[in-house]
Amino acid sequence: MPSTDEIRQRIEAALPGATAVVEDWTGGGDHLKATVVAPQFAGLSRIAQHRLVYDIFGDEIGGPIHALSLKTSTP
Amino acid sequence: MSEQNDQANPIRDAVAGAIAEHPVILFMKGTPEAPACGFSARTVGALQALDAPFAAVDILPDPRIRQELSALSEWPTIPQLFVKGELVGGADIVAEMFESGELAEVLGVEQPDLEAPAEDVVPTNPPNMQIENRLA
Repeated sequence: MPSTDEIRQRIEAALPGATAVVEDWTGGGDHLKATVVAPQFAGLSRIAQHRLVYDIFGDEIGGPIHALSLKTSTP
Repeated sequence: MSEQNDQANPIRDAVAGAIAEHPVILFMKGTPEAPACGFSARTVGALQALDAPFAAVDILPDPRIRQELSALSEWPTIPQLFVKGELVGGADIVAEMFESGELAEVLGVEQPDLEAPAEDVVPTNPPNMQIENRLA
């Protein structure tokens, strides 16, 4: 199960210029919440913004990462 | 190579058919009466708070439903809300849109009294259990 810090680093590495805050919602490590501010989100719908983040993790979402709740915005 | 192809895929056809047939359809874990996941429960709560009629599909009975749904929608998580054949979003987006009034707009219904605190209807966070993992 990836740690909140690992999730943060992977988001920030995949989206250069992005800042991410990743929290463990329940203390159980599998319900994570990420607040991501990224220049790449500019002009995209919320769906497209969330897809950009989900795509970083692929099949891990719903697997090792049971749930990754997202809040996205542009700088 | 995947063994799946564009030919006979009855489950994908059924999922696509349901999305086409129902103007508002929610794919969720459990049922609106008994959601099996907090994220599905939140999304049902938003739709019910708007008094919006919706069809619901429980994806749990057969893992292939979720597999085919996510392949079609290119969206990895459950729930998924579709309006007029288009993916509107999952729990986070639906909650955000509910709070902003956009969901009512998309669904063509009246936004309920904004004086009422939305948190009572659609909790934005799971209950805070105050558990911290301090095991080394």
